Amino acid sequence: MSTAAATSTGGSERLYWLMLLAPCVFLAVFYLVPVLNVLVLSFTVPKPGLANYAELASNGAVQRVLWTTLRIGAITTVLALGIGYVVAYALLQCGPRERQILLGIVVASFWISALIRAFAWVALLQSKGLVNSILISTGMIDTPLSLVRNELGVIIGMTHYMLPYAILPLYTSLRGIDDRLVPAARALGATPGQAFRWVFLPLSLPGLIGAGVIVMIFSLGFYITPAILGGGRTIMVAEFISVQISETLRWGLAAMLATVLLAAVLLLVMWLSRFMDVEQALRK
Amino acid sequence: MKDSLVLDKVEKRYGDFIALEPTDLTIKAGEFITLLGPSGSGKTTILMSIAGFVSPSGGRLLLDGRDVTALSPERRNFGVVFQGYALFPHLSVYDNVAFPLRARGITGDAARPKILAALAMAKLQAFAHRYPRQLSGGQQQRVALARSLVFAPELLLLDEPLSALDKALRKEFQTEFRSIHREVGSTFIYVTHDQEEALTMSDRIVILDHGRILQIAPPAELYEKPATEFVAGFLGKSNFLRGKISATGGGQVEIEVPGFVTSADANGIAAQAGQAAVAALRPEKIRLTPPAVATTAAPCRVGGHVGDITYLGSSIEVEIRLAGGETLLATVPAGQRGFTAGEAIVASWAPDAAILVRGDEASS
Repeated sequence: MSTAAATSTGGSERLYWLMLLAPCVFLAVFYLVPVLNVLVLSFTVPKPGLANYAELASNGAVQRVLWTTLRIGAITTVLALGIGYVVAYALLQCGPRERQILLGIVVASFWISALIRAFAWVALLQSKGLVNSILISTGMIDTPLSLVRNELGVIIGMTHYMLPYAILPLYTSLRGIDDRLVPAARALGATPGQAFRWVFLPLSLPGLIGAGVIVMIFSLGFYITPAILGGGRTIMVAEFISVQISETLRWGLAAMLATVLLAAVLLLVMWLSRFMDVEQALRK
Repeated sequence: MKDSLVLDKVEKRYGDFIALEPTDLTIKAGEFITLLGPSGSGKTTILMSIAGFVSPSGGRLLLDGRDVTALSPERRNFGVVFQGYALFPHLSVYDNVAFPLRARGITGDAARPKILAALAMAKLQAFAHRYPRQLSGGQQQRVALARSLVFAPELLLLDEPLSALDKALRKEFQTEFRSIHREVGSTFIYVTHDQEEALTMSDRIVILDHGRILQIAPPAELYEKPATEFVAGFLGKSNFLRGKISATGGGQVEIEVPGFVTSADANGIAAQAGQAAVAALRPEKIRLTPPAVATTAAPCRVGGHVGDITYLGSSIEVEIRLAGGETLLATVPAGQRGFTAGEAIVASWAPDAAILVRGDEASS
């Protein structure tokens, strides 16, 4: 009896590992090898050494691009979190029907590609676009505002794109907060504002950090939106890498920047995992 | 005792659903009053109206003669212990207890002695720097209590605070709630569906069902003189003798039950002969004797056979099957004599042991 059971367990265990093997091989061939290749390129092209990484300290253009990427990423994260928090809070407070509609709108925005959205923003924000014509026709401004083909345009487009990525994790996190706590705070003498500041906001902090890291990671690697809405003037690191590969053919520099980007994202993810644990603990 | 809180025709409707019919209730200052009823009886609606979380559809709430119906919860200055405690998970025990003081602008050194006193009262000194998730259910309950009493509220509202605890802890807290009530002297309004909690702790019990108050009385009176069939059945066990009134007079009625006749305490109900009636008879008021020694002198008696016997430790519960197919439940002290199933037996009780009660149909 027990031998038979052991054999059958051994058999199914072998099958289990075999089934795991296929995706592992797939990942190794199509993901790990190219990533390693990039890593190797960054140390070997054009000649072996740390010359590519030295550019981080010496090349002004590289520094400017990295700083722009970091700045736009941070601003986008703050804006997406702020707006996302308000929407997530509204989702939590509204009735079940309104919630369904609102969630539908949030999810629907996943279906529209970044490319279409970027061009839609160009159409809306350009000097003869809808926003400027409305502002001019109502007499609020005389000359069109430059809303696009600059950093502002990139930030608008990226914030819009990142909103669902902020709203959904925030909503999940806020929903996990015990809904008796705010009434309890009120009963104990706190005004609605105090109850929010002292109870609800601190308890939503893990969610805010989690959503913030997700948005930040996405923002650092943004390509299409900044390329179109930046109009060649505001260049983020992904677009810069693309130019190094397809136009100036400085593959080593491109590989170095890609490695730096990946390292930054991995560090952020490691940091995120710490806060995810905090969130679990608080939810108990 | 002066009146502390008055509910003046307070009612609550949600569309067509009536959560609470217009209700009058006067709560005395310093009293321990319990709202007791099954779920959906309106007890939590009353409590949440008092706390300010449910705004009544009609009626007024008066605190020391002042209308507080429209006052927001934080301005009522009542302590509330929520079901499940609702402790703040991101704050230590000390900071949880400090919360109501902080909301009142009392912080730092001014707050410290009050917080320490509240922690001491709840026997929590050793846990001040722990977080709620590091505490047992009973300890969390203590934090909730200390937090709601730290600002010395005149009124403490408790919403089924013991429902999450095991039986032994519940017992312990019943004693403790009473002694804390004596110590602080505030008015306690306690909501529960547990009759034992209500009987052991309360000065007065308010029994509710279907959004309506059925009876308000001290525990003993409620148990001995239940006003309605529901009250008699909800609080402890009861036999119900149904029949027709054959005679009235001297605060007593005589009821013809199919198979026998019983006297019953009229219980203040103006009953007339010929009327259908229900009398409640507590199982422990029934004496059981073998037919051979049964005195025919006992005015209320009925013969039957022993059915199921349940041993309860200090007492035995005996089911008596009557000739008409009805059953009576009797509780007798254990160890006096044994019973065997099927044995012929005579059940008898004192003339005032059965209590006339209002039927539930009549009152609805």
